Parts: sequence; C-alpha cells; structure tokens
Amino acid sequence: MDILQLLIIGTIVGSIIGLGAMGLTLSYGVMKFANFAHGDFMTLGMFLAYVVISDLGWGTSPIGNFSFGFGLIPAIILAILGVGCFAIITDHFVHRHLRLRGSGIITMAIASLGIGIMLRAVIQMIWGPTAFRFTTGINTALTLPGDLKIKPDQIFICALTLLCTIGLYLLLYRTQLGKAMRATSDNSELASIAGIDTDRIRMATWGISGGLTAIAGIMLAMQSQLRFDTGFTFLLPMFAAVILGGIGNPWGALLGGLIVGITQELSTEWINPGFKPGVPFVLLIVMLLFRPRGIFGSSI
Amino acid sequence: MTALLSVNDVSTGYVGLEIVHKISIQVDKGEIVTIIGPNGAGKSTLLKAIAGVLTKFEGTVILNQQNVTKLSASNMVIAGASFVPQTDNIFPSLSIKENLEMGGFLRNSGINERIKEVLSMFPELEKRPNEKAGNLSGGQRQALAISRALMLDPVLLMLDEPTAALSPALREEIFDRIDTIRESGVAILMVEQNAKEALLRSDRGYVLVAGESVLEQTGPELVANPDVGRLFLGAERNQQTDNEGN
Amino acid sequence: MDHQYEKNFMAIPDSVILVTLIGATNWGVGFLTTVAIFAIVALALNLQWGYTGIFNFGVVAFFMIGAYTSALLTLPPPSKFESHILGLELPVLIGWFSAALAGGLLALVIGLPTLRLRRDFLAIATIGVATIIRSIANTTEGFVNRGSGLNGIPRFLDNFTNASDYKWVLLVIMIVMLSAVYFGLQRVTAAPWGRVLRAIRDNEETAMAAGKHTVSFRMQAFVLGGAIMGLAGALWAHRTGSISPTAFNDLFGTFVIWTMVMVGGSGNNKGAVIGALAVGFFWFGTPLIQEDLPDILGTRVFQLRELTVGLLIVLFLLFQPHGLIREKPQVSRFITKRKNMYQQLD
Repeated sequence: MDILQLLIIGTIVGSIIGLGAMGLTLSYGVMKFANFAHGDFMTLGMFLAYVVISDLGWGTSPIGNFSFGFGLIPAIILAILGVGCFAIITDHFVHRHLRLRGSGIITMAIASLGIGIMLRAVIQMIWGPTAFRFTTGINTALTLPGDLKIKPDQIFICALTLLCTIGLYLLLYRTQLGKAMRATSDNSELASIAGIDTDRIRMATWGISGGLTAIAGIMLAMQSQLRFDTGFTFLLPMFAAVILGGIGNPWGALLGGLIVGITQELSTEWINPGFKPGVPFVLLIVMLLFRPRGIFGSSI
Repeated sequence: MTALLSVNDVSTGYVGLEIVHKISIQVDKGEIVTIIGPNGAGKSTLLKAIAGVLTKFEGTVILNQQNVTKLSASNMVIAGASFVPQTDNIFPSLSIKENLEMGGFLRNSGINERIKEVLSMFPELEKRPNEKAGNLSGGQRQALAISRALMLDPVLLMLDEPTAALSPALREEIFDRIDTIRESGVAILMVEQNAKEALLRSDRGYVLVAGESVLEQTGPELVANPDVGRLFLGAERNQQTDNEGN
Repeated sequence: MDHQYEKNFMAIPDSVILVTLIGATNWGVGFLTTVAIFAIVALALNLQWGYTGIFNFGVVAFFMIGAYTSALLTLPPPSKFESHILGLELPVLIGWFSAALAGGLLALVIGLPTLRLRRDFLAIATIGVATIIRSIANTTEGFVNRGSGLNGIPRFLDNFTNASDYKWVLLVIMIVMLSAVYFGLQRVTAAPWGRVLRAIRDNEETAMAAGKHTVSFRMQAFVLGGAIMGLAGALWAHRTGSISPTAFNDLFGTFVIWTMVMVGGSGNNKGAVIGALAVGFFWFGTPLIQEDLPDILGTRVFQLRELTVGLLIVLFLLFQPHGLIREKPQVSRFITKRKNMYQQLD
C-alpha cells in the first residue's frame, strides 16, 4: 500500500492509542501505579456505548456521511459516566484500602490486574466471545487528492481526539482542579501538606482517566470491532505510548500514541502484518534502553 | 498566657520504630522557636508529626486551644499551621504562580491579592510568575516553598531546615525573611542545622538528643551555653564549609 | 432419610461405581500430573516475585519458549503437511535441558534492558514479550508450523509400559521433577544467596548500601526462574503431545500462576506448591461440575472461574496479603542495617 495511505491509517490508530494513553498516563502520574485494568476499562466503554447504539435501537439513521446517528451522543455520555464511575468505585473498594495500609505501587498494580481479569470475565459472560460492530452499514471512504482514502468516521475520530486534547489542556492548566491534579502527580505528600484533599483529587483523576478511556474505546470499536478482549490487547500499545511520552505527561502520551500507531501501520510495508502486535513492544524496549524516562521526561 | 502551640509528651516515628520519645514543646504567639540537635535526634520526625504527616503514637498537640492531635496534614493547614518540608517542598512541574495557587487551594477569595502580598517579600520570584518551579535555584525554591506555606494566612509556620544546603548569603536572606514573617504576626517553629545563626534570631530554643528533649533556654542563652557550643555549634562550623560549594 | 439414601445407593449397579471409580482415578492422576507442572512454574515465579520482588507478567512466554524448544529438538523432521524448523529427534532429556536454557536466555534478554529500571516496567515489558512470541509463532512461515502447532511430541520413557499405565509413569516423573525443583530451591533460598534476594526485595537501597550489586542478583534470580519456567513448559509439551500458540494465553499461563503464588503465600516455597494445588484444583475441577450446575452458571463456567481468579487476587491482597502460608520472618543483618538507615534519614 501507499506509504501516505499507511500514514493516514497510522494517524487514526495513533489517535485512538494516544487518547487511551492520555487516560492511562493521568492515573499513572497521580496514583503512581500502572493500571493493568485500563484496557478492560476501555472494553467496558465500548460495550456500554454498544448497548445504547444497538440494543436500545438508537442511532439507526446516520448523520450525513457518517456511519452513526445521534444515538452516538448519549452512547458516549453513558460510556464516560459508566467507566468513570467504575474506576472510582474500584479505587474506593480496593486501592484506597491498599493505600491506607501503605502498600507499594506493585501491590496496587497486581490488584488492578485482578480487577481487569474480573471485568473481562463479566463482559464475556454478558456479551459472549463473539465480535460485534456498532453499525452494519458501509462507511464509504472519501477520495483525497493522490487517490488517498479516508472514511468520514475516521475524520470524526481525529477530530474527537483533538477536541479531547484541547479539553484536557484547558482542564489541567486553566482550572484549580486540574492544577491540583498536576500538583498531586508531582508530589502527593506536599499536596496534602498544602491543604489539598488528595483523596478527592484521586477520585477526579479516575473519573477523567476513565472518561478518556471510554471515548478511546468507542473510537476503537468504530474503527474495527468490539470483543471482550479488544481493550486488553490494546494495553501494550497504550503502555508503550505512555512510556514513550514519559509517565504522567498527557501530551507525551498523545505523541507517543501517534508514534506507535504510525510505526505499526508503516511496518506493514516491509514486514508481515501478523507481526504488527510486536511493534509497540519493540518501540518500548528501544525506549527503555535509551531513554527510560520518555521523550519529555516523566513526573515520577 | 496560653501558648499558641503546645506539644505535650508526643512520641512518634515510623512503623515499628519509635524515634521521638515524650517530647513537650511550646510556641507562643509571634515567637520564633528553634529546635537543634545532632543528626538522627528526631528533630524532623517531630516536626512532621506535629504537621500531621506522621502519626503520633502518644501525646497531644494543642493549637489555638484546639486539639489537633489527630488531624491529617491537609486539615492542619485549615487549623492554621503550615509546614514546609526540608526537601521536595515545591511542585516542580507547576509554575511559580501555580505553586502559590496550590498553597491557597482552600482559599475562597482573594487568592490573587494574597499572591501579590506574599511575593512582595521575594522580588526574584515576583519578576517571573510563569517560570516553572523546577527551573529555580535552591534559594529560590526555598523562598517559593515558604511563600506557598503563607498562602492561607497561617498563625504558625513550621520550617524544616530552611537554610540547609544554601550559601551563607542566601542563608542570611532567608533568615531575614523569616524575621519579616514573624513581624507580620506569624509564629515560627523551625528545625535548624545552622544552629548558631538560627538561635541568635530565636526567642527560645530546644535541644533534642536521641529523641529526648534535654534543654530549653532562650536563643542567646543556648548560643552562650558552653556545652551546646562545644557539641553542636562548633562541630557545625566544619559543616558550613562543606556546604559552601552548594 | 437414611433408608431412602441406602435404597438409592443400592439401586446403582456395581459396574457404574467401578466405572466412576476408574474415572475418578484417571482424573486424579491427570490432575496431579498437571498440577505438578504448574507447581514447578509457581515455584519459579515465587523465586522471582516472592523472594526477589521481580514483577514478571509474562510467565507464559517462558513456559511457551520452553515447550517449543523441547518439541522442536525431539520431534522427527517435518512431514510434507507440516513446516517447522529442526526436528532433530534428540533424546527427550536433551530437549528438557535445552528448554531450561532457552527460558534462562529469554530472561537474560528481557532482563538486560528492564531490570535496572522501575520495577513495573518489567511487568509491562513481559506482558509484551508474551504477545510478541505468540505473534511470531503464529505468523512466521516455516518456523513452528504457525497456528496448526506441533503435534506428536514424543513421550519420555514410554517404552516401559503399555499405554494405559503410562499415566502412572508420567505422574511419577512429574513428582520427581517437582521434588527436585522444590528441594533445589529450598537449598538456594535458605543459603546466603536467598537472604540477599530477600534483602533486595525488602529494601533495594539498603542492600545496595551494604555493597551488593542488586541488578546482578536480581538478574540471577530472574534467569534461574526463567529457566525453571522453560523446563516446566517442556514437561507440559511432552505431557500433552501437541502444542499451538493459542493454547499459551496470558490467563492460563500467567495470571493463574500468579493467583497460585498469591493464594499460597509469596516468599515461601511450600506456599507456592499448596497454592498450585488449591488453585489448580479449582481451575481444572470446575469444568467437571459444569453439568451439575444450574444452566445459568453451567454455560458460563469458564468465565466464572476466570472471574474467581481475578477475585482471588484482589481478596487475598486485601484480606490475606501473606497468603495461606506466611513467609517465615528471617532475621538478617540487613534488618538491623535498615533500622540504622531510618535513623539517619532524620
């Protein structure tokens, strides 16, 4: 395939990885542990949206050239709220206790793995092992100059990523809550010494991290399909993006996501596409060897 | 007259390891009180326990006639006692202004006015409010950390070795600012390595050895005390020359 | 009640009881054989995680590389329907030895870039290794026969008995292997080497201050653990006779092993074996009662046991962090050193 065409697909996939990675890096920075349930949070978001879009029979009449209807809006809202709340609840029942006990970040990471396994099992119990699509309709690709193809849905994915990034920027740099999140990420002990209720900041971080992940999940399902393990297999590219960009740095995570996505797609020009899942791993190892604190440095 | 802060028989330390044993100290309104002692005496541990960072195994802490023994670090600030740790006392990825906003996180109004007031004491910070705190020099960091702690108009400021690792000139400057803060009515409780300079400016001082309080005198008395001079102030001179490089 | 029970019991013909008994014995033998292999993997993970604090989330990668190595060395050359490398028809024991070597080598390769970094980076990297090894096995033409897997892997010592008695031979082999690994690990973990590992796990800075090259010690534990996992993979391949990439999934090959170690109690070898027995009984036992469960549960029994594995991890972390068997506190000179460190922090 044309390199430019691969670049376009890479950008789209990279946007999705990047958006998910922004959520992952936020919780990593504030909570300090690697959330191994993040991929499954993503799957939860997909299926919550799927419930609205297909099961409830909304969103059948498409808007313009897109494959989805207005049903996508309540679907996105439900997914954001659902995943955000789920993240907050699991923290409340599991990680908060471990934190109070003074458990290390490794214990918390293992706990997140357990939560991920449970979530994955429950999703499979409800929706089974088959793959679904949001819509059955064909999303006709637009032809750009140079015979490049891009689907309207894919333009929507990139636009939504951009929108989320701007929103996150405004939150982190223009609001007191966002600044307190950055402060807690820098040094949570000092944040509480300064009078910030870090428990509340953690809750807000889970909510925002979960929300971003939910949106990324919906975009991934739109681009391909949804299955009980779709998010889990997406965990490695997201972690690679987080480490590439430096832990706790959302802009780094977005850029890292784009790098991973584009490299993954471009690699198919030279190697068997079956090796695609290995590309994030190779990037990760190269990064760990030469710049373990990420391109922009990490906050922890 | 009742004390602003009274620490009664407090024991504290880390899990399974008591470091400070039954210490009692007092700080009156508008006073500067300094705790000195050799390395490992438990000075910083005591300060952290008062600030609510570490839990107290026993004893009580009374601030402004309110029992604050069980308060968490974030609630101690609300009660009126601000704490500046010795290291990691700023948010490096936040700007100077944002650091101060975090100090005033619990303020409902007048945050910008208070930032102006606080910064007027430290002109070198005032000049570039949007500089990332991580780029500041050691002295500027200390200034920012103290400014941050003043954002909620505390009645008591607790400083853990505010002049450690600073050059003599910067040390002098920080001590001058501490005087200014005291003149504005804020009491100060600090732990100091540069004991002589600190004691000369203190109303009272406590000597802590191996987690026990061994002596309480006025600052100048302690400086004049031959035992204290031999044990802490003389030994400290070598340390000062060591620190010169920083 | 009693009377009725007796009547029902009497109604069952003797032959059925006999068949059930044979079935139970067969299942029991097969179960213990499998659990012995899993216990070896759990012991290896316990060496890495329990004793040294190495956060390996890619256990299945080591297991898989061992299984494939031994299979490729012992299999006959590929038939025209298969396409894989090697097929040297070497003795099984050489296959096992090479499998351990391969597992250790993989650990060395992963450990070099990651062991000196933050501990959770190793977990992220090892999850990736499992993914990449599976995708290599699945994708590469003429390497390990891709998705069709390797079949007809020769058995060890199967020329002594007839086919129906071989299961006993197999069980004995596995128990011998398990004992060897268990007592070997008991020895090394009780030795000064094991004490250094624990000191590193509990406080890396202190161990470093005491003049130990922590990275090199952690590497040794990681490589030894990886080698044992590789060996277990080979045992597995020669027990089942056929292997394919999809069989080596993260859940069965990594997370179930983690659950065994967490349930048994990390940091002691007895705990790892008991955890393997308990979790293994649950994991391999649940499908058997599938038909006895109400439909709503029966059809979801595989997801239910997966859910339980996740739940066990979380519940044990929260309520029984030391597992069923608690690690014996070892008084070491590092503990006193650590206390001194704390005092100096002030």
